[in-house]
Amino acid sequence: MVERAWRALVLLVLWRLGGLRRQRSHASEDDDPTQRTTGAPVWAERLVLVLLAATAAAALGFVSLFVLDPDTQLLGLALGATLALLAAALVVCSRWLVPQETKAERRPGLADADAVKEVEHAAGEGLEGITRRRLLMGAAGAAGAGVAAAVAIPVVALGPGLEDQLRRTPWHAGRALVDDEGAPILAAAVNEGSFITAFAQHADKDDLGSPVVVVRVDRSTLRLPSQRAGWAPEGLLAYSKICTHAACAISLYRSPLSPSTQARAPALVCPCHYSTFDVLNGGGVEFGPAGRPLPQLPLSIDAAGVLRAAGPMSGPVGPSWWGDGS
Amino acid sequence: MSLLPRSHTRDPLAFVDERLGAARGLRFLIDYVFPDHWSFLLGEIALYSFVVLVASGTFLALFFDPSTTQLTYHGGYAPLQGQAMSAAYASTLHISFAVSGGLLARQVHHWTALVFIAAITLHLLRIVFTGAFRKPRDVNYFIGVTMLALAILEGFAGYSLPDDLLSGMGLAIAWAVAMSLPLIGGPFATALWGGRFPGADAFESRLYIAHVFLLPALLAALIAVHLAIIMIQRHSQFAGPGRREDNVVGTPMWPGYALRSLGLFAAVAAVLVLMGGLIQVNPVWLWGPYHPYVGTNGAQPDWYLGWLIGALRLMPNLEIHVLGHTIVPNPFFGGVLFPSIVFALLYALPWLDRRFISKDYRRHDLLQRPRDNPRRTALAASVFAAVAVVFAAGSVDRLFFQFGFGYEGAIWFFRGAFLLAPALVYWLTRRLCIELARNDAHPLRRWDGVVVARNERGGFEELAASRAGGVSSSGARSSANRRGVRRPLRRRARRCG
Repeated sequence: MVERAWRALVLLVLWRLGGLRRQRSHASEDDDPTQRTTGAPVWAERLVLVLLAATAAAALGFVSLFVLDPDTQLLGLALGATLALLAAALVVCSRWLVPQETKAERRPGLADADAVKEVEHAAGEGLEGITRRRLLMGAAGAAGAGVAAAVAIPVVALGPGLEDQLRRTPWHAGRALVDDEGAPILAAAVNEGSFITAFAQHADKDDLGSPVVVVRVDRSTLRLPSQRAGWAPEGLLAYSKICTHAACAISLYRSPLSPSTQARAPALVCPCHYSTFDVLNGGGVEFGPAGRPLPQLPLSIDAAGVLRAAGPMSGPVGPSWWGDGS
Repeated sequence: MSLLPRSHTRDPLAFVDERLGAARGLRFLIDYVFPDHWSFLLGEIALYSFVVLVASGTFLALFFDPSTTQLTYHGGYAPLQGQAMSAAYASTLHISFAVSGGLLARQVHHWTALVFIAAITLHLLRIVFTGAFRKPRDVNYFIGVTMLALAILEGFAGYSLPDDLLSGMGLAIAWAVAMSLPLIGGPFATALWGGRFPGADAFESRLYIAHVFLLPALLAALIAVHLAIIMIQRHSQFAGPGRREDNVVGTPMWPGYALRSLGLFAAVAAVLVLMGGLIQVNPVWLWGPYHPYVGTNGAQPDWYLGWLIGALRLMPNLEIHVLGHTIVPNPFFGGVLFPSIVFALLYALPWLDRRFISKDYRRHDLLQRPRDNPRRTALAASVFAAVAVVFAAGSVDRLFFQFGFGYEGAIWFFRGAFLLAPALVYWLTRRLCIELARNDAHPLRRWDGVVVARNERGGFEELAASRAGGVSSSGARSSANRRGVRRPLRRRARRCG
């Protein structure tokens, strides 16, 4: 039974393929592809009428919805239906209502060697009788270049030397670290495993130089370079929050909690391209595309327990550029 | 025919013709022939998407406020009540929640931008794989590639305008990429942004004028030139009955094609409006306002930037420093070098093809099927495979969120795939093309006959000995050969079998 059905299916496929093939080969015998058939079936005319009427009704629906109850979904449905009905009407028109035509048009030749010669000749004639041709051409060139420069120079208004801005940060020794609301951050408020965003007191929070992340780690695990020995009081570390790869905010903190994952050191991760910076060794790149370590901010804790900068950032904040001094 | 002058009250056509001589041009348009193939509609879909973009974008511009002036939100969206945000973001919320049809217009605009660039890309693939970029269409091909680049810029500028969290993160990356340009990076980026990122308030205004005037005006002008050049050269067409290099066979503009194309316009617009009405896209109110110190995880850009974020992510942490000074910052490789190479290859394709691949300097108006030129098809496929791998790598973080694949391992996998996939795809595509070309004669039975031709005495003469001999080593065969000489044999085979 199954076999018979299978055989029937194969036969059917073969027959269809044969049919398609035959049609194609018939057509190819006739080298003149031009053909025209006319005569619209009655059903097509009726269908187009119905579709056009429905288009008008749907459009009216959209108009009244817009005035009465502009709900996004309903508006989309109404206008979408209007356009879809119009599309259907147009397609039925083009396929069944109007004469079906296939035409052959001669493709125009593009190249015309005679015309090229004539143009060359005419262009040459335009300079007839001028003796100091080269000098004039040179002068015209100079004039053109001058006008171009005059038109282009206003672009300079976009920026005088703003490059100093790229190096600037608001951090210097003694500046307090504050939170989102401007309240000073206490050293005791930063727990191991937590991740706090801090800003330079009284600085613009949107200034790339300002935001830092503060984390606390076990002091015994620190592997900071020797010249940064005093930068992490109580194991508190601060790094620029702006990724040195592409300026996104570092907003992920990998802080292994279970013994099975503690083989990997705590790291700051940028969510844009997943540059991963080692917290313990001074912000070195552990994975990802960043080419430079995260700048570190040396910290101190004042008598009131408030976190303060103990000096400037260790390097330029944010992405690198040609000639920066990192 | 009446000897009286035709009255314009009765005859608007005559009215126009007497003043502009338009009838002759209309006559040309009415007879203008469009060859039929579904793949020719891709460019039209891009064109109609552009129209929808202009219409929906104009509506949005009536309400959008391109300003980063900070204000406190007091609009209708409760979760953001009392938050500090820019006027640009607040007006985007206003468009989404308070303007009648505003959210529909925003979502239609966004979906259409996605479809616009998708249609251009598919159109480009069609052009590349059918050899439609060959002389005389190389000029128009350059314009098309330029429009693709402009469309990507235009899309990114639009995505960046609302000043929501994701648009800000995108701009931060764009700024870093601008900074990474050799020699001029620092001054160039600071000049463009009016300072260090996030830049001066004027930057939003610069972005706006680029998005609503400079880039769309350029695109519109190039579209006009693109279409004018098509009309001068006429459309290319696939080989077929009666179709030759020196003619165009198809449906004339009036009535068949004009109605069909208008139908396509309405259908494209219908789909886009339905998408805009029913499928949410970029709900900026959920992302919140942007500040340089906030970020989110698992964010993805619009699809057409996926290949750039992928390139930035795949690049190892190479950064070239000399004497303590940076020379080549890392984002240069993924953000500048990689797209420059891809576009350079696209621009160079006509020259590469005529000089090295096809070694053919002649004019061509008949298209090739991909299998007709296996070497070109395979080369193009391998380049697109490399780009596709990088594109896929752009969503590696989503692979982690959805399926739990480790991020770092996946990056190494994609780095390997980037190196291996092109070679593999080249080999596979080439084999596939050659097999397809061989099996052209019959899809079911392999052809094992001989090629014969009728001679003057009415007999048959053998032209090529065997199947293997009948197919050239490259697998390419002219369409005339395929359709002309083979046919009698195929029919004879059917009669026998």
